[in-house]
Amino acid sequence: MKLRRFLQQIAEIYQFVTRVVKNFFLPPYEGREILRQCFFVGNRSLFLITFTAFIAGVVFTRQSRPSLASFGAESWLPSLVSQAVVRSLGPLITGLICAGKLGSNIGAELGSMQVSEQIDAMEVSGTRPFSYLVVSRVTATTLMLPLLVIYADVVALLGSFMMVNFFNSSSFSLFFNEVATNVTYVDVFSSLIKSAFFGFAIGIVGSYAGYHSEKGTTGVGKAANTAVVVAMIMIFVIDLLSLQFINLFR
Amino acid sequence: MRVTENDIVRKTSAVNHDRQVVASIRDLHKSFGERDVLKGVNLDLYESENLVILGRSGTGKSVLIKCMVGLIKPDSGTINVLGKDVFKLNAKELNQLRLQIGFSFQGSALYDSMTIRENLEFPLKRNLGVYDKNKLKDLVSEALDDVGLLHTINQMPAELSGGMKKRVGIARTLILKPKIMLYDEPTAGLDPITSMEINDLILSVREKYKTSSIIITHDISSAKHTSDRIVALIGGVNRVEGTFEELKETTEPELEPFFKY
Repeated sequence: MKLRRFLQQIAEIYQFVTRVVKNFFLPPYEGREILRQCFFVGNRSLFLITFTAFIAGVVFTRQSRPSLASFGAESWLPSLVSQAVVRSLGPLITGLICAGKLGSNIGAELGSMQVSEQIDAMEVSGTRPFSYLVVSRVTATTLMLPLLVIYADVVALLGSFMMVNFFNSSSFSLFFNEVATNVTYVDVFSSLIKSAFFGFAIGIVGSYAGYHSEKGTTGVGKAANTAVVVAMIMIFVIDLLSLQFINLFR
Repeated sequence: MRVTENDIVRKTSAVNHDRQVVASIRDLHKSFGERDVLKGVNLDLYESENLVILGRSGTGKSVLIKCMVGLIKPDSGTINVLGKDVFKLNAKELNQLRLQIGFSFQGSALYDSMTIRENLEFPLKRNLGVYDKNKLKDLVSEALDDVGLLHTINQMPAELSGGMKKRVGIARTLILKPKIMLYDEPTAGLDPITSMEINDLILSVREKYKTSSIIITHDISSAKHTSDRIVALIGGVNRVEGTFEELKETTEPELEPFFKY
Protein backbone atom coordinates (compact mmCIF):
# COMPACT_ATOMS: atom_id res chain seq x y z
CA MET A 1 0.00 0.00 0.00
CA LYS A 2 2.82 2.39 0.91
CA LEU A 3 4.70 1.48 -2.28
CA ARG A 4 1.55 2.15 -4.31
CA ARG A 5 1.12 5.56 -2.67
CA PHE A 6 4.80 6.33 -3.28
CA LEU A 7 4.56 5.42 -6.96
CA GLN A 8 1.36 7.44 -7.27
CA GLN A 9 3.12 10.45 -5.81
CA ILE A 10 6.04 10.07 -8.23
CA ALA A 11 3.52 10.07 -11.10
CA GLU A 12 1.81 13.15 -9.65
CA ILE A 13 5.11 15.00 -9.31
CA TYR A 14 6.03 14.08 -12.89
CA GLN A 15 2.66 15.44 -14.08
CA PHE A 16 3.19 18.59 -12.02
CA VAL A 17 6.64 19.20 -13.53
CA THR A 18 5.42 18.68 -17.11
CA ARG A 19 2.47 20.99 -16.41
CA VAL A 20 4.86 23.70 -15.20
CA VAL A 21 7.11 23.34 -18.26
CA LYS A 22 4.12 23.28 -20.64
CA ASN A 23 2.47 26.30 -19.02
CA PHE A 24 5.72 28.24 -19.18
CA PHE A 25 5.47 28.27 -22.98
CA LEU A 26 1.70 28.77 -23.18
CA PRO A 27 -0.22 32.03 -22.64
CA PRO A 28 -1.11 33.75 -20.39
CA TYR A 29 2.51 34.88 -19.88
CA GLU A 30 3.03 36.13 -16.36
CA GLY A 31 5.84 38.65 -17.02
CA ARG A 32 4.77 41.12 -14.36
CA GLU A 33 4.26 38.44 -11.71
CA ILE A 34 7.59 36.76 -12.60
CA LEU A 35 9.40 40.09 -12.09
CA ARG A 36 7.62 40.58 -8.76
CA GLN A 37 8.59 37.09 -7.65
CA CYS A 38 12.21 37.63 -8.82
CA PHE A 39 12.35 40.69 -6.58
CA PHE A 40 11.01 38.70 -3.62
CA VAL A 41 13.45 35.82 -4.22
CA GLY A 42 16.42 38.19 -4.24
CA ASN A 43 15.14 40.40 -1.48
CA ARG A 44 14.27 37.55 0.88
CA SER A 45 17.61 35.80 0.71
CA LEU A 46 20.16 38.53 0.05
CA PHE A 47 21.06 39.34 3.65
CA LEU A 48 21.42 35.72 4.70
CA ILE A 49 23.49 34.86 1.62
CA THR A 50 25.79 37.85 2.19
CA PHE A 51 26.34 36.89 5.81
CA THR A 52 26.82 33.16 5.24
CA ALA A 53 28.98 33.44 2.10
CA PHE A 54 31.28 35.97 3.77
CA ILE A 55 31.73 33.77 6.85
CA ALA A 56 32.28 30.69 4.65
CA GLY A 57 35.01 32.51 2.70
CA VAL A 58 36.73 33.61 5.91
CA VAL A 59 36.51 30.20 7.62
CA PHE A 60 37.60 28.20 4.56
CA THR A 61 40.66 30.41 4.07
CA ARG A 62 41.51 30.33 7.77
CA GLN A 63 41.33 26.54 7.89
CA SER A 64 43.16 25.87 4.61
CA ARG A 65 46.04 28.22 5.29
CA PRO A 66 47.97 26.12 7.89
CA SER A 67 47.93 23.00 5.67
CA LEU A 68 49.21 24.91 2.65
CA ALA A 69 51.75 26.76 4.82
CA SER A 70 53.21 23.46 6.06
CA PHE A 71 54.11 22.65 2.39
CA GLY A 72 55.30 26.19 1.77
CA ALA A 73 52.45 26.58 -0.70
CA GLU A 74 50.67 29.56 0.85
CA SER A 75 50.66 31.36 -2.49
CA TRP A 76 48.22 28.72 -3.77
CA LEU A 77 45.56 29.89 -1.35
CA PRO A 78 43.66 32.15 -3.83
CA SER A 79 43.70 29.31 -6.37
CA LEU A 80 42.36 26.76 -3.87
CA VAL A 81 39.72 29.07 -2.43
CA SER A 82 38.48 30.29 -5.80
CA GLN A 83 38.01 26.77 -7.17
CA ALA A 84 36.30 25.59 -4.00
CA VAL A 85 34.01 28.62 -3.87
CA VAL A 86 33.05 28.74 -7.55
CA ARG A 87 32.73 24.98 -8.08
CA SER A 88 31.04 23.96 -4.88
CA LEU A 89 30.78 26.25 -1.85
CA GLY A 90 28.99 29.16 -3.53
CA PRO A 91 26.25 27.14 -5.25
CA LEU A 92 25.79 24.82 -2.27
CA ILE A 93 25.50 27.57 0.34
CA THR A 94 23.14 29.59 -1.86
CA GLY A 95 21.08 26.51 -2.71
CA LEU A 96 20.69 25.43 0.90
CA ILE A 97 19.83 28.92 2.14
CA CYS A 98 17.26 29.37 -0.63
CA ALA A 99 15.83 25.92 0.03
CA GLY A 100 15.25 26.92 3.65
CA LYS A 101 14.16 30.47 3.07
CA LEU A 102 12.27 30.29 -0.24
CA GLY A 103 11.13 26.66 -0.11
CA SER A 104 9.37 27.16 3.21
CA ASN A 105 8.00 30.48 2.07
CA ILE A 106 6.52 29.14 -1.16
CA GLY A 107 5.20 26.00 0.57
CA ALA A 108 3.54 27.95 3.38
CA GLU A 109 2.19 30.69 1.13
CA LEU A 110 0.57 28.35 -1.40
CA GLY A 111 -0.45 25.97 1.39
CA SER A 112 -2.37 28.64 3.26
CA MET A 113 -3.96 29.78 -0.02
CA GLN A 114 -5.05 26.19 -0.66
CA VAL A 115 -6.41 25.71 2.85
CA SER A 116 -8.36 28.99 2.81
CA GLU A 117 -9.79 28.13 -0.64
CA GLN A 118 -8.07 31.13 -2.29
CA ILE A 119 -6.72 28.89 -5.06
CA ASP A 120 -10.21 27.43 -5.60
CA ALA A 121 -11.56 30.99 -5.74
CA MET A 122 -9.08 31.85 -8.49
CA GLU A 123 -9.94 28.62 -10.31
CA VAL A 124 -13.71 29.20 -10.29
CA SER A 125 -13.35 32.80 -11.40
CA GLY A 126 -11.46 31.55 -14.47
CA THR A 127 -8.17 33.24 -13.54
CA ARG A 128 -5.96 30.17 -14.18
CA PRO A 129 -4.05 30.19 -10.88
CA PHE A 130 -1.47 27.61 -11.94
CA SER A 131 0.41 29.99 -14.24
CA TYR A 132 -0.02 32.91 -11.87
CA LEU A 133 1.02 31.13 -8.68
CA VAL A 134 3.22 28.21 -9.67
CA VAL A 135 4.86 28.94 -13.04
CA SER A 136 5.82 32.45 -11.94
CA ARG A 137 7.47 31.19 -8.73
CA VAL A 138 9.34 28.33 -10.41
CA THR A 139 10.57 30.67 -13.16
CA ALA A 140 11.68 33.26 -10.60
CA THR A 141 13.67 30.79 -8.50
CA THR A 142 15.24 29.25 -11.63
CA LEU A 143 16.32 32.66 -12.96
CA MET A 144 17.43 34.16 -9.67
CA LEU A 145 19.51 31.33 -8.20
CA PRO A 146 22.38 31.70 -10.72
CA LEU A 147 22.47 35.46 -10.03
CA LEU A 148 22.51 34.86 -6.30
CA VAL A 149 25.31 32.31 -6.75
CA ILE A 150 27.45 34.85 -8.62
CA TYR A 151 26.82 37.30 -5.78
CA ALA A 152 27.63 34.65 -3.13
CA ASP A 153 30.88 33.74 -4.95
CA VAL A 154 32.01 37.37 -4.99
CA VAL A 155 31.16 37.88 -1.31
CA ALA A 156 32.91 34.63 -0.28
CA LEU A 157 36.02 35.61 -2.23
CA LEU A 158 36.00 39.02 -0.57
CA GLY A 159 35.85 37.27 2.80
CA SER A 160 38.74 35.09 1.73
CA PHE A 161 40.76 38.10 0.56
CA MET A 162 40.24 39.80 3.93
CA MET A 163 41.55 36.70 5.69
CA VAL A 164 44.56 36.41 3.39
CA ASN A 165 45.26 40.09 3.87
CA PHE A 166 44.99 39.69 7.64
CA PHE A 167 47.96 37.26 7.76
CA ASN A 168 50.05 38.40 4.79
CA SER A 169 49.60 41.78 3.30
CA SER A 170 48.37 41.11 -0.22
CA SER A 171 47.02 43.46 -2.86
CA PHE A 172 43.41 43.24 -3.99
CA SER A 173 44.37 43.05 -7.68
CA LEU A 174 46.97 40.34 -7.09
CA PHE A 175 44.47 38.17 -5.20
CA PHE A 176 41.74 38.52 -7.80
CA ASN A 177 44.22 38.05 -10.67
CA GLU A 178 45.09 34.70 -9.13
CA VAL A 179 41.39 33.90 -8.82
CA ALA A 180 40.73 34.80 -12.46
CA THR A 181 43.68 32.73 -13.69
CA ASN A 182 42.56 29.62 -11.87
CA VAL A 183 38.83 29.65 -12.50
CA THR A 184 37.89 28.30 -15.94
CA TYR A 185 34.80 28.96 -18.06
CA VAL A 186 33.74 25.37 -17.44
CA ASP A 187 33.82 26.06 -13.69
CA VAL A 188 31.71 29.19 -14.02
CA PHE A 189 29.12 27.88 -16.48
CA SER A 190 28.74 24.51 -14.82
CA SER A 191 28.19 26.28 -11.51
CA LEU A 192 25.54 28.57 -13.01
CA ILE A 193 23.70 25.76 -14.79
CA LYS A 194 23.80 23.66 -11.64
CA SER A 195 22.36 26.54 -9.61
CA ALA A 196 19.57 27.03 -12.17
CA PHE A 197 18.63 23.39 -11.52
CA PHE A 198 18.78 24.08 -7.77
CA GLY A 199 16.36 26.98 -8.30
CA PHE A 200 14.05 24.86 -10.42
CA ALA A 201 14.02 22.13 -7.77
CA ILE A 202 13.31 24.62 -4.94
CA GLY A 203 10.46 26.21 -6.89
CA ILE A 204 8.92 22.89 -7.93
CA VAL A 205 9.17 21.26 -4.50
CA GLY A 206 7.81 24.32 -2.66
CA SER A 207 4.97 24.82 -5.13
CA TYR A 208 4.04 21.13 -5.22
CA ALA A 209 3.97 20.87 -1.42
CA GLY A 210 1.89 24.04 -1.09
CA TYR A 211 -0.46 23.36 -3.99
CA HIS A 212 -1.24 19.89 -2.66
CA SER A 213 -1.36 20.91 0.98
CA GLU A 214 -3.76 19.02 3.23
CA LYS A 215 -6.60 20.94 4.82
CA GLY A 216 -6.08 22.58 8.20
CA THR A 217 -3.27 24.48 9.85
CA THR A 218 -1.20 21.31 10.24
CA GLY A 219 -1.41 20.93 6.47
CA VAL A 220 0.31 24.30 5.98
CA GLY A 221 3.05 23.43 8.49
CA LYS A 222 3.57 20.07 6.82
CA ALA A 223 3.75 21.69 3.39
CA ALA A 224 6.41 24.16 4.53
CA ASN A 225 8.39 21.43 6.25
CA THR A 226 8.22 19.04 3.29
CA ALA A 227 9.28 21.85 0.96
CA VAL A 228 12.44 22.54 2.96
CA VAL A 229 13.47 18.94 3.62
CA VAL A 230 12.86 17.63 0.10
CA ALA A 231 14.43 20.71 -1.54
CA MET A 232 17.60 20.29 0.56
CA ILE A 233 17.86 16.61 -0.35
CA MET A 234 17.29 17.50 -4.01
CA ILE A 235 20.12 20.03 -3.87
CA PHE A 236 22.61 17.43 -2.69
CA VAL A 237 21.38 14.92 -5.28
CA ILE A 238 21.66 17.48 -8.11
CA ASP A 239 25.10 18.51 -6.83
CA LEU A 240 26.29 14.91 -6.91
CA LEU A 241 24.85 14.22 -10.37
CA SER A 242 26.21 17.44 -11.83
CA LEU A 243 29.66 16.66 -10.46
CA GLN A 244 29.68 13.35 -12.37
CA PHE A 245 28.42 15.07 -15.49
CA ILE A 246 30.81 18.03 -15.38
CA ASN A 247 33.82 15.76 -14.90
CA LEU A 248 33.21 14.53 -18.45
CA PHE A 249 34.20 18.02 -19.69
CA ARG A 250 37.24 18.52 -17.46
CA MET B 1 -44.34 8.17 5.36
CA ARG B 2 -40.76 6.86 5.14
CA VAL B 3 -39.29 7.66 1.75
CA THR B 4 -36.85 5.38 -0.04
CA GLU B 5 -33.65 6.81 -1.50
CA ASN B 6 -35.00 6.88 -5.01
CA ASP B 7 -38.31 8.50 -4.15
CA ILE B 8 -38.34 12.25 -4.06
CA VAL B 9 -41.19 13.97 -2.31
CA ARG B 10 -41.84 16.82 -4.71
CA LYS B 11 -44.26 19.66 -4.06
CA THR B 12 -44.64 21.01 -7.56
CA SER B 13 -46.16 24.36 -6.57
CA ALA B 14 -42.65 25.68 -5.96
CA VAL B 15 -41.58 25.20 -9.57
CA ASN B 16 -42.50 27.73 -12.21
CA HIS B 17 -42.37 25.67 -15.40
CA ASP B 18 -42.63 28.79 -17.57
CA ARG B 19 -39.08 29.61 -16.65
CA GLN B 20 -36.09 28.23 -18.45
CA VAL B 21 -33.79 25.69 -16.76
CA VAL B 22 -30.32 27.24 -16.39
CA ALA B 23 -28.65 24.30 -14.68
CA SER B 24 -29.57 20.66 -14.36
CA ILE B 25 -27.95 17.83 -12.48
CA ARG B 26 -28.72 14.21 -13.30
CA ASP B 27 -27.91 11.09 -11.29
CA LEU B 28 -24.80 12.59 -9.68
CA HIS B 29 -22.62 10.22 -7.67
CA LYS B 30 -19.49 11.09 -5.73
CA SER B 31 -17.58 9.18 -3.13
CA PHE B 32 -14.39 9.91 -1.21
CA GLY B 33 -12.64 6.61 -0.52
CA GLU B 34 -15.14 4.32 1.16
CA ARG B 35 -17.59 7.14 1.90
CA ASP B 36 -20.41 7.68 -0.59
CA VAL B 37 -21.35 11.35 -0.35
CA LEU B 38 -23.67 11.89 -3.30
CA LYS B 39 -25.78 8.89 -4.30
CA GLY B 40 -27.72 10.00 -7.33
CA VAL B 41 -28.69 13.66 -7.00
CA ASN B 42 -31.11 15.12 -9.55
CA LEU B 43 -32.11 18.75 -9.62
CA ASP B 44 -32.94 21.68 -11.86
CA LEU B 45 -32.27 25.37 -11.29
CA TYR B 46 -34.66 27.75 -13.03
CA GLU B 47 -34.03 31.23 -14.36
CA SER B 48 -34.09 33.95 -11.65
CA GLU B 49 -34.81 31.34 -9.00
CA ASN B 50 -33.29 31.19 -5.53
CA LEU B 51 -32.92 27.49 -4.79
CA VAL B 52 -31.86 26.57 -1.28
CA ILE B 53 -30.16 23.24 -0.69
CA LEU B 54 -30.77 22.30 2.91
CA GLY B 55 -29.09 19.53 4.80
CA ARG B 56 -26.97 18.60 7.78
CA SER B 57 -23.20 19.08 7.76
CA GLY B 58 -21.35 16.43 5.78
CA THR B 59 -24.23 15.56 3.47
CA GLY B 60 -22.39 16.71 0.36
CA LYS B 61 -24.02 20.09 -0.21
CA SER B 62 -20.74 21.89 -0.87
CA VAL B 63 -19.44 18.96 -2.93
CA LEU B 64 -22.51 19.32 -5.14
CA ILE B 65 -21.86 22.96 -6.04
CA LYS B 66 -18.12 22.38 -6.38
CA CYS B 67 -18.98 19.72 -8.97
CA MET B 68 -21.07 22.34 -10.79
CA VAL B 69 -18.02 24.54 -11.40
CA GLY B 70 -15.69 21.65 -12.16
CA LEU B 71 -13.68 21.94 -8.94
CA ILE B 72 -14.55 18.36 -8.03
CA LYS B 73 -15.06 15.64 -10.61
CA PRO B 74 -18.01 13.37 -9.87
CA ASP B 75 -17.79 9.58 -10.22
CA SER B 76 -20.80 9.52 -12.53
CA GLY B 77 -23.75 11.61 -13.65
CA THR B 78 -24.07 14.77 -15.71
CA ILE B 79 -24.14 18.47 -14.91
CA ASN B 80 -25.45 20.86 -17.49
CA VAL B 81 -24.93 24.56 -16.81
CA LEU B 82 -26.18 27.26 -19.20
CA GLY B 83 -26.58 24.63 -21.91
CA LYS B 84 -23.10 23.16 -21.51
CA ASP B 85 -22.10 19.78 -20.13
CA VAL B 86 -19.48 20.82 -17.56
CA PHE B 87 -17.38 17.66 -17.85
CA LYS B 88 -17.22 17.63 -21.63
CA LEU B 89 -15.67 21.09 -21.85
CA ASN B 90 -11.96 21.67 -22.47
CA ALA B 91 -10.00 23.95 -20.13
CA LYS B 92 -10.65 27.10 -22.19
CA GLU B 93 -14.39 26.42 -22.51
CA LEU B 94 -14.64 25.63 -18.81
CA ASN B 95 -12.97 28.95 -17.98
CA GLN B 96 -15.46 30.75 -20.23
CA LEU B 97 -18.34 29.04 -18.46
CA ARG B 98 -16.90 29.83 -15.03
CA LEU B 99 -16.96 33.54 -15.89
CA GLN B 100 -20.75 33.27 -15.92
CA ILE B 101 -20.92 31.58 -12.53
CA GLY B 102 -20.24 33.42 -9.29
CA PHE B 103 -19.08 31.32 -6.35
CA SER B 104 -19.25 32.72 -2.82
CA PHE B 105 -17.06 30.57 -0.56
CA GLN B 106 -17.89 29.63 3.01
CA GLY B 107 -14.70 31.28 4.30
CA SER B 108 -14.92 34.17 1.78
CA ALA B 109 -11.56 33.14 0.21
CA LEU B 110 -10.37 36.72 -0.18
CA TYR B 111 -6.75 36.98 -1.38
CA ASP B 112 -5.15 38.01 1.88
CA SER B 113 -2.01 39.50 0.36
CA MET B 114 -4.09 42.02 -1.63
CA THR B 115 -6.17 45.01 -0.57
CA ILE B 116 -9.94 44.93 -1.12
CA ARG B 117 -9.48 47.05 -4.24
CA GLU B 118 -6.87 44.62 -5.63
CA ASN B 119 -9.10 41.66 -4.76
CA LEU B 120 -11.85 43.10 -6.95
CA GLU B 121 -9.51 44.31 -9.69
CA PHE B 122 -7.82 40.91 -9.97
CA PRO B 123 -10.56 39.05 -11.92
CA LEU B 124 -11.19 42.11 -14.09
CA LYS B 125 -7.55 42.39 -15.11
CA ARG B 126 -6.98 38.66 -15.50
CA ASN B 127 -10.24 37.67 -17.19
CA LEU B 128 -11.47 40.69 -19.04
CA GLY B 129 -8.15 42.44 -19.63
CA VAL B 130 -9.44 45.67 -18.09
CA TYR B 131 -6.42 47.84 -17.22
CA ASP B 132 -7.91 51.31 -17.68
CA LYS B 133 -7.64 52.95 -14.25
CA ASN B 134 -10.88 54.92 -14.48
CA LYS B 135 -12.88 51.92 -15.68
CA LEU B 136 -11.40 49.73 -12.95
CA LYS B 137 -12.23 52.37 -10.34
CA ASP B 138 -15.83 52.65 -11.55
CA LEU B 139 -16.44 48.90 -11.64
CA VAL B 140 -14.84 48.26 -8.27
CA SER B 141 -16.70 51.15 -6.64
CA GLU B 142 -20.02 49.97 -8.07
CA ALA B 143 -19.55 46.39 -6.85
CA LEU B 144 -18.47 47.51 -3.38
CA ASP B 145 -21.29 50.02 -3.20
CA ASP B 146 -23.77 47.23 -3.99
CA VAL B 147 -22.66 45.39 -0.86
CA GLY B 148 -22.42 48.59 1.21
CA LEU B 149 -18.67 48.43 1.76
CA LEU B 150 -17.20 51.16 -0.43
CA HIS B 151 -15.37 52.61 2.57
CA THR B 152 -13.25 49.45 2.94
CA ILE B 153 -11.70 49.78 -0.53
CA ASN B 154 -8.14 50.38 0.69
CA GLN B 155 -8.25 47.99 3.64
CA MET B 156 -6.72 44.51 3.86
CA PRO B 157 -9.02 41.47 4.28
CA ALA B 158 -7.55 40.82 7.75
CA GLU B 159 -8.98 44.16 8.91
CA LEU B 160 -12.57 43.15 8.10
CA SER B 161 -15.12 41.25 10.18
CA GLY B 162 -16.50 37.87 9.05
CA GLY B 163 -19.70 39.40 7.67
CA MET B 164 -17.80 42.12 5.82
CA LYS B 165 -15.50 39.52 4.26
CA LYS B 166 -18.52 37.56 3.02
CA ARG B 167 -19.95 40.69 1.43
CA VAL B 168 -16.64 41.58 -0.23
CA GLY B 169 -16.42 37.98 -1.46
CA ILE B 170 -19.86 38.38 -3.04
CA ALA B 171 -18.83 41.74 -4.53
CA ARG B 172 -15.77 40.08 -6.10
CA THR B 173 -17.97 37.56 -7.87
CA LEU B 174 -20.55 40.17 -8.88
CA ILE B 175 -17.94 42.28 -10.62
CA LEU B 176 -17.92 39.77 -13.49
CA LYS B 177 -21.74 40.02 -13.79
CA PRO B 178 -22.48 36.30 -13.42
CA LYS B 179 -25.72 34.66 -14.56
CA ILE B 180 -25.68 32.07 -11.78
CA MET B 181 -24.63 32.59 -8.17
CA LEU B 182 -23.57 29.73 -5.92
CA TYR B 183 -23.49 30.58 -2.21
CA ASP B 184 -21.71 28.10 0.05
CA GLU B 185 -23.03 28.54 3.61
CA PRO B 186 -23.38 32.32 3.30
CA THR B 187 -24.45 32.85 6.92
CA ALA B 188 -22.25 30.25 8.63
CA GLY B 189 -20.52 31.65 11.71
CA LEU B 190 -22.33 35.00 11.62
CA ASP B 191 -24.52 36.61 14.26
CA PRO B 192 -28.29 36.78 13.51
CA ILE B 193 -28.24 40.45 12.52
CA THR B 194 -25.31 40.06 10.12
CA SER B 195 -26.94 36.86 8.80
CA MET B 196 -30.08 38.83 8.03
CA GLU B 197 -27.98 41.46 6.21
CA ILE B 198 -26.41 38.72 4.08
CA ASN B 199 -29.88 37.27 3.36
CA ASP B 200 -31.09 40.69 2.24
CA LEU B 201 -27.98 41.04 0.10
CA ILE B 202 -28.71 37.70 -1.62
CA LEU B 203 -32.20 38.94 -2.47
CA SER B 204 -30.95 42.31 -3.71
CA VAL B 205 -28.29 40.61 -5.87
CA ARG B 206 -31.05 38.60 -7.57
CA GLU B 207 -33.07 41.78 -8.01
CA LYS B 208 -30.26 43.85 -9.53
CA TYR B 209 -28.26 41.26 -11.46
CA LYS B 210 -31.17 38.93 -12.39
CA THR B 211 -29.16 35.94 -11.23
CA SER B 212 -30.32 32.40 -10.58
CA SER B 213 -28.88 31.21 -7.30
CA ILE B 214 -28.17 28.05 -5.38
CA ILE B 215 -27.79 28.72 -1.68
CA ILE B 216 -26.22 25.97 0.39
CA THR B 217 -27.19 26.24 4.03
CA HIS B 218 -28.22 24.52 7.22
CA ASP B 219 -29.51 27.81 8.62
CA ILE B 220 -33.29 27.48 8.52
CA SER B 221 -33.90 31.21 8.97
CA SER B 222 -31.68 31.95 5.97
CA ALA B 223 -33.52 29.27 3.98
CA LYS B 224 -36.87 30.85 4.87
CA HIS B 225 -35.72 34.35 3.98
CA THR B 226 -33.94 33.65 0.68
CA SER B 227 -35.64 30.64 -0.91
CA ASP B 228 -38.16 30.31 -3.69
CA ARG B 229 -37.76 26.56 -3.43
CA ILE B 230 -35.92 24.26 -1.07
CA VAL B 231 -34.31 20.90 -1.84
CA ALA B 232 -33.40 18.81 1.17
CA LEU B 233 -30.30 16.69 0.69
CA ILE B 234 -30.62 13.65 2.92
CA GLY B 235 -28.44 10.55 2.75
CA GLY B 236 -26.77 11.71 -0.44
CA VAL B 237 -29.98 12.22 -2.42
CA ASN B 238 -32.42 15.07 -2.92
CA ARG B 239 -35.14 13.50 -0.80
CA VAL B 240 -37.66 16.30 -0.30
CA GLU B 241 -38.41 19.38 -2.37
CA GLY B 242 -40.86 22.28 -2.08
CA THR B 243 -41.40 25.78 -0.72
CA PHE B 244 -40.50 26.64 2.85
CA GLU B 245 -44.16 26.50 3.90
CA GLU B 246 -44.62 23.11 2.26
CA LEU B 247 -41.53 21.65 3.84
CA LYS B 248 -42.60 22.89 7.26
CA GLU B 249 -45.27 20.23 7.19
CA THR B 250 -42.84 17.44 6.38
CA THR B 251 -42.79 14.22 8.34
CA GLU B 252 -39.37 13.26 7.01
CA PRO B 253 -37.51 12.33 10.24
CA GLU B 254 -34.20 13.83 9.20
CA LEU B 255 -35.78 17.09 8.05
CA GLU B 256 -38.31 17.67 10.81
CA PRO B 257 -35.76 18.84 13.42
CA PHE B 258 -34.74 21.75 11.16
CA PHE B 259 -38.20 23.25 11.51
CA LYS B 260 -38.55 22.56 15.22
CA TYR B 261 -35.58 24.69 16.26
